[in-house]
Amino acid sequence: MKQFIQDLAETNGSQPTHLLQILRGVQSRYHYIPEAAIEQIAELLNISRTQIISVVEFYSFFHLTPRGQYELLISDSITDHMLGKHSITDYLSEKLNVAVGEVRHDGLVSLDNTSCTGMCDQGPAGLVNGYALTRLDRPRIDQIADLINHQKPLDLWPSELFQVADNIIKPGLLLNQPVNHGSSLQAAFARGLQETLTEIDKSGLRGRGGAGYNTAWKWHLCYEGPEENAFCDVATHGQPQRYVICNADEGEPGTFKDRVLLNSFAHQVFEGMTLCAAIIGAQQGFLYLRAEYLHLYEKLQSVLAERRSSGLLGDNILEKGLNFDIEICLGAGAYICGEESALIESLEGKMGIPRNRPPYPVTEGYLGKPTVVNNVETFMAAASIAVNGGDWFAGVGTEKSKGAKILSICGDCPRPGIYEYPFGTSIQSVLNDCGASDVLGVQIGGPSGTFISNKEFDRKLAFEDLATGGSFIVFNSSRNILDIVNNFTHFFAHESCGFCTPCRVGTSLLKKQLDKIIDGHGSAGDVVALEELCKLIKNHSHCGLGQTAANPVLTTLQRYPELYQSRLKEISYEPGFDLDGALETARRMAKRNDSGAHLAQVEEEL
Amino acid sequence: MSKTITIDGTNIPFEDGQTIMEAATAAGVYIPHLCHHPEYIPHGSCKLCTVKVNGRICSACTFPAMEGQDVLNNTKELTDDRRKITQMLFVEGNHFCPSCEKTGNCQLQAVAYHLNMLDDHFPLFYPNREVDASHADVMIDHNRCIFCTLCVRASQQKDGKNVFAISGRGINRHLIINSESGLLKDTDLDATDQAAHICPTGAILIKRTGYQVPIGERIYDHQEIDQVSLETEHLQHGE
Repeated sequence: MKQFIQDLAETNGSQPTHLLQILRGVQSRYHYIPEAAIEQIAELLNISRTQIISVVEFYSFFHLTPRGQYELLISDSITDHMLGKHSITDYLSEKLNVAVGEVRHDGLVSLDNTSCTGMCDQGPAGLVNGYALTRLDRPRIDQIADLINHQKPLDLWPSELFQVADNIIKPGLLLNQPVNHGSSLQAAFARGLQETLTEIDKSGLRGRGGAGYNTAWKWHLCYEGPEENAFCDVATHGQPQRYVICNADEGEPGTFKDRVLLNSFAHQVFEGMTLCAAIIGAQQGFLYLRAEYLHLYEKLQSVLAERRSSGLLGDNILEKGLNFDIEICLGAGAYICGEESALIESLEGKMGIPRNRPPYPVTEGYLGKPTVVNNVETFMAAASIAVNGGDWFAGVGTEKSKGAKILSICGDCPRPGIYEYPFGTSIQSVLNDCGASDVLGVQIGGPSGTFISNKEFDRKLAFEDLATGGSFIVFNSSRNILDIVNNFTHFFAHESCGFCTPCRVGTSLLKKQLDKIIDGHGSAGDVVALEELCKLIKNHSHCGLGQTAANPVLTTLQRYPELYQSRLKEISYEPGFDLDGALETARRMAKRNDSGAHLAQVEEEL
Repeated sequence: MSKTITIDGTNIPFEDGQTIMEAATAAGVYIPHLCHHPEYIPHGSCKLCTVKVNGRICSACTFPAMEGQDVLNNTKELTDDRRKITQMLFVEGNHFCPSCEKTGNCQLQAVAYHLNMLDDHFPLFYPNREVDASHADVMIDHNRCIFCTLCVRASQQKDGKNVFAISGRGINRHLIINSESGLLKDTDLDATDQAAHICPTGAILIKRTGYQVPIGERIYDHQEIDQVSLETEHLQHGE
């Protein structure tokens, strides 16, 4: 192990910033992070053991105790549930003789749930040792169980188990006309970099991750950073003082468009990053790739290599004096790292805890330097705008939302996949295209977004109406809204980073309070208490996770209050825990289970 | 001509680089807080110092004071919310004030009284947490830790050591100790270290000193936390 870790650290330049990458290597080899490894890494990187332990305990894919040699994880997204996740997991558990959350006695296999793996159009999905498994069904599970029981190495498994389809159903503005390799950069240099930024400004492009910050303005703020004011003069540009980061931590349940963009349009995404680097004067870029997309890693590396060999990346790009390269860094299972400052912390080798703002990343980002963080789709759009001009883009969409938006459509529809629409398109026309019928409602923007009912389908996709980072989940009338809300609420409690009180405690309280109502233990004041708690979490949380964690409850409570009320008992008060259940230990110890050892919670219901 | 912000309608002077908390404390205005301490880099996690700045909710301990800010601090709405945030801190741990030797000297308890917190409001979590009594002079009762990181910061920024860290995610967040055994006895912590004295609750205690000052004569027995806080922190902020 000593040699292995030493080599691993050296490959990563023995830099503390690469702690996650090093731990990924250890976890992948030993299926946990052994105590000896912690000691050695602490020494090699000259960091404290507590920093390593805190990182290990923060990310879902690191473990301090051994997992199976085959680490199986099943995606827990609501869409996986709708595709039969429960019965698939039960079957898997039975076939492999391992309980969910456990490691089998012989240490060969472990099974657990994981947050949405971004395969909602081809679930139920899972991961084996980090690699995506799709379309899980009984025959596939029989096959997987066999392969594991015969200890077949992963690279000998049949490739169809790992096949991930793009499912591009309706291409639009961007997807219909990808740019040729290098053409965005050529266009930008020919036009002038400042002029190209003007085109991006003219295009009205706003960030595609969901928040919708003006892209040109972000880039402008970054190069205007306080400690220097060099702009665009790439020939004389000095030290790598700025960074470009592509946020590919696509964790919002129901979203998978970045997976497809990186699989089939990676050149254009990298070109957009390089364009940004040229404009803001950065020499180093990062693609922060969510761990669930490990299957894309090798392919993306080869795209980078290809770009280097064709002069589109590396030193003196297109012989214009621009030096810029991109490194791919993998996450380790934490939704919060999609938040830009948490992502930067993670890139620096730390827990993904959102920073206090100000300062914003554009002035103090990666290693305290001005940094642009944009979504995959934003960089792709910027590359197209550099070629086609700002008016081309601004001619599509609405007043405040220019251009088109790429959606990941999944749930109850016969044609799940990737659809691209001009902003301003109505929800109804999207539903028509994907063939959805008997629709109860749609979750727009994932759990952190909005649940809309079937009375609102004339509403529009746009920042001024329904904003979305891409998630679009359709529910038909066979679905139970409270099940959906329950899944989302548990998701947020699981993914809260724990930094601030309202989110750390609040999301867990919310989970309990909702469970209480759904399980039929709620009484008169409980829906009011639920709503109060939601507002507290929303108003006081430190970052977007907490500020949106109550949205599933709030948006459905607003539309279907009777649904919540109908679960309440007709008594004035019930405690937050099961009184009779609390006596279970006492009954076990007393070896009694007669009626006298039970507490009647309600007056005999007649 | 010094710059000013207003807090609850009163003009408060500030200097560039000051946070709202610093400007307020220097001017004798108390904003409730637990994770903030004037001698350390602000953390911004407890959210008790939540104020409304021109209608927007901000943490006073981290948000810079800027010309044109109209800050709301002592309002019923904010006090109600701060009380609930305090109740959250109580229910996630195990805080039994009557049997805690920090009672009367505890900032968590004092801020709860100040906010007129009369019950827990939320259901209790009753987490299973350990006590580390391994060190000769200092003990840790993890039941009372609120993850303010003051001990982490004090150890790093004042003592020149690195005894504590916060680990884990979400509701599983917990304090960890920088030694191979994970126990306090195997660290270089001294009872005289700042980190051993800075805990705002009863999570880190100096052994054999708990009842040297009798109950009834303790810091918050005759003074509210706003008064104590302004007296002790005023100079540090207003230098």
